[in-house]
Parts: sequence; C-alpha cells; structure tokens
Amino acid sequence: MKKCIVTVLGKDTVGIIAKVCTYLAGNEINILDISQTIIQGYFNMMMIVDVSGMKKDFKVVCDEMEKLGEEIGVSIHCQKEEIFEKMHRL
Amino acid sequence: MINMYEVSETNKMIEHENLDVRTITLGISLLDCIDSNLEELNRKIYEKITTVAKDLVSTGQDIEREFGIPIVNKRISITPISLVGSAACKTPEDFVTIARTLDCAAKEVGVNFIGGYSALVSKGMTKSEENLIRSIPQALAETERICSSINVGSTRTGINMDAVRLCGEVVKATAEATADNDSLGCAKLVVFCNAPDDNPFMAGAFLGVTEADSVINVGVSGPGVVKKALERVRGKGFEELCETIKKTAFKVTRVGQLVAGEASRRLGIPFGIIDLSLAPTPAIGDSVAEILEEIGLERVGAPGTTAALAMLNDQVKKGGVMASSYVGGLSGAFIPVSEDQGMIDAVNAGSLTMEKLEAMTCVCSVGLDMIAIPGKTSASTISGMIADEMAIGMVNQKTTAVRLIPVIGKDVGDTAEFGGLLGYAPIMPVNEFGCEAFISREGRIPAPIHSFKN
Repeated sequence: MKKCIVTVLGKDTVGIIAKVCTYLAGNEINILDISQTIIQGYFNMMMIVDVSGMKKDFKVVCDEMEKLGEEIGVSIHCQKEEIFEKMHRL
Repeated sequence: MINMYEVSETNKMIEHENLDVRTITLGISLLDCIDSNLEELNRKIYEKITTVAKDLVSTGQDIEREFGIPIVNKRISITPISLVGSAACKTPEDFVTIARTLDCAAKEVGVNFIGGYSALVSKGMTKSEENLIRSIPQALAETERICSSINVGSTRTGINMDAVRLCGEVVKATAEATADNDSLGCAKLVVFCNAPDDNPFMAGAFLGVTEADSVINVGVSGPGVVKKALERVRGKGFEELCETIKKTAFKVTRVGQLVAGEASRRLGIPFGIIDLSLAPTPAIGDSVAEILEEIGLERVGAPGTTAALAMLNDQVKKGGVMASSYVGGLSGAFIPVSEDQGMIDAVNAGSLTMEKLEAMTCVCSVGLDMIAIPGKTSASTISGMIADEMAIGMVNQKTTAVRLIPVIGKDVGDTAEFGGLLGYAPIMPVNEFGCEAFISREGRIPAPIHSFKN
C-alpha cells in the first residue's frame, strides 16, 4: 500500500467532495479515511488515500488535482504520507 | 494514522512559516581526476561533475513535488582544488582555468553554486596552495557560481598567520576585482578555522579528503517555524522555552532526514550528514534575529543577546540530533547580517555592532558572516579581524569563519546590494586603529594547551 494525503482548503461550495472523489475513483485511487470540517465558512478536508493501483505518474496526478482545485475554487494538495509520518511519529 | 491536526501543522509550517530544506549538496571527490597535464585535468573534472551530478537537480525537483516541501538549493561541493590542481597548476592563472571549467560544469548541471575552490593551510602552505589563494580574486571575478574557502587555523595546529596575512590581501583584492557589483566576489569567499569536511552550506562547502567518492549532505532550515512556535510560549519559563525549541528543531530536522534519504536512494549515492542549522534568508519571517527578539530582546545586540543565542544554538542541536541518523557540517544558528532582515534592522537601529557580533560568534555556529565594511579598510585590518575570529574558533574548539565584504567606493552610511539570497547590508564601521605590526609578524600562532589530548 502506498499512502498519500490529499488536502482540500477553500470557500465551501456544493459538490467539492463529489468532484474530488470522482477524480480519485477515475484514477483507481482508493480512499482510506476522510476528515472534514467547516471553519467560519471555509471548507477543510483531509483524505488518506492509497495510490498503489494508480496508473498515472504521481506528479501528473498532483498537477491534475491542483487544476481540479482551481476549477472548483479551492486549493488541493497531494503529498506522499512520509513527510507527515516522519515529522509527527517516532 | 496521521490526523488532520498534524497534516495542517506541517502544511502551515511550509506555506506560512518558510519551512524548507535549504540545500541538497552533492559532494564529489575529484581526487581521481588529478593529472599533470592541465588540459587533461580540466577535461576530467568537467566529465566527472557532469556525469555524477547530471540528475541532481531533477531528482531534487521530483522530491519537492511529491512531498510538497520546497528544496531551495541544489549544489555541489568538491575536493579542495589546491589538492586537485597541485600537479598541473604552476601559476595562479593555471588555477583560474579550473575555476572556468567548474563554472561551466555548474551551469551544465543546473546548480546555483559549486563550492571547493579551496585550500586547507592551517599549519603551512605549499606553493600550489599559495598559488590557488592568489588566484581567488581573478577566479571569483571571472566566474559566476564558484565559491571559495580557505582554512587557516585549527585547534590542533594553531593559526597560520602567514595565511591570515595573505587572506586579508586576497579579500581586499577580490573586493577590488568585483567593485562594479558592490564587491560581490567577497560574498563567495570564506576564511575558516576548524573547517568541517562535510559542510553543505555555501560559501564554505567543500568535500574533505576524509570523505567518500560521492556523498549527499543536506542542510535544513526553519527560523520562521521556531519563531512562530515561540510566539505561543510568550512569558513562560526557560524550561518551556527550551522544550519548544527542541521539539520544533526535531520536526524540522526530520523533514531534512526524509529528503536526504530519498535523494540518496534515488541518486544511488550514500547519505552523509544533516546539517542542523537555522539558516535565515532576507524574506520576512525567516530571520534568526526575530527568534532572539521573540525570546525577549528589544533588538538583537541588546545585553542578553549572547546568552539568548547560546541557548538557542544548544537547543536546536539537542532537538535535531535525535531526528537524524548522522549530524555534521556546521550545525547551529547562522547569524549573517545581509541575509537576515532582523539583523539588518538591528544594525540600522544602532543596536548591533561589530564587537557584539564577534561576541555572538563565540556561542553560535559560524562567525562574522556577510558583513559589509568600508571599502577603505586596509588589508592588515581585515587580517586582524580574521585573526580574532580564528582565535575564537581555535580556543573554543569550534568552527569559526569570516566572510567580510569591504565594499569598494562605499563607507559607513551607505548600503551594499548583493541580490537574491545574499540580500543587502548597511556598511558597518570598523575600529580604525591599526594592527599592521602584529599582522606583519611571520609564522604561526601555536596550538593552545588544551589541544594536546593524547
């Protein structure tokens, strides 16, 4: 299993989760965990996903998700899990 | 599993607090390029660097993208050229041809600096080493990406005062050779005591002869992250203050360890060390001076500055050491003037003086760094300043360095502009009493008594 963290931040609007999930499903990326809150009208979501079945290059997926974010009007980042794991776990 | 709070903490550090990996520095040994034919030597150097480092920049960019962490610089350090060129170079001009080759190789592989146009002369100088040192002004004036360093002393050998005298002249000549750019050449020239073999930070990086054929060394940074963390413990006791610095340094260093491991694996080059340094940039919120002010100083330079810096430096090391498998290089807080907005402001406000900076270098990572001084300062006065700093390093068994920029045509009240990461600096006054008779004495200062440990 190769885990990545997808973070979505921005002004809340209809269909953010739907659009992000559709993109992930279309690229064989499995969602393992989702946390989501709205703080003062701002949408804040973190997903832990498994990218081991993904066919595309990781960098291409990062670029496409960023572009998708621009279309929805939010910022989407896709990062490999190790940066968080290293920093917060011994 | 990682939770949302942890993810947002990391990303906040990156996006708002200037967390980055300051440099991936690829050390390349050039010992196997040595040849008595100068042309052949240049060809071998170019070939080795452009072969070993061909994927360095693209690998760094891939890591940045995949982990979402900026890697500001990708650089190369090499075996001191005084050794590599000793068989082929008979004159300073011969050494300059190697500088041109290195500059071309750096451009070809896309690194912004290549360090190791260096000589290690802490006890004595060979003819070749003297020629290299004499070639530095021309080499730095004619190239763009070369960094040069000279080690003139160590705790075990004492201080080579003949080299100190020569260095004062070379700093002055480099300033004159690059006078059109506010004497920028001097920003790429460092004089060391106890220079480490594995330093990834420019301008003092070189790959020592104790090192392997190639090695990955990584320099981390993160003054902004420490500053923000300390904002949350205002008014609290030293225990909490120190714990906060340690925890933050640990987190910052872990990112460096991850990047170093990835770079090493992908390039197939062994991992050397992480340099645990708080390296500031001229960007707002990326300042070591601001950390000291957050600790409780009205301005850097005020009474208490040396104590606060000593504590900061020690806590950064204590937090960072456990986060990395190997720690080396300079490791500590850097206090360059031109590269730190808080330091510049303190100089302009009249709070920070040359003498206080010298005191601060006794307890921090490097030395008198990126300080612009009047262009009229004599070579012997520059040598005197170098000698003072070398003595601090020698006696305290630590690395110290001098990177002074006598800005030709400018005086106290003017400002020198270096651009980019090198920043800008107000010209600082220098004590105008001379030390000519001291500097003109020949020979070396013996090693201190506590160096005899066998």
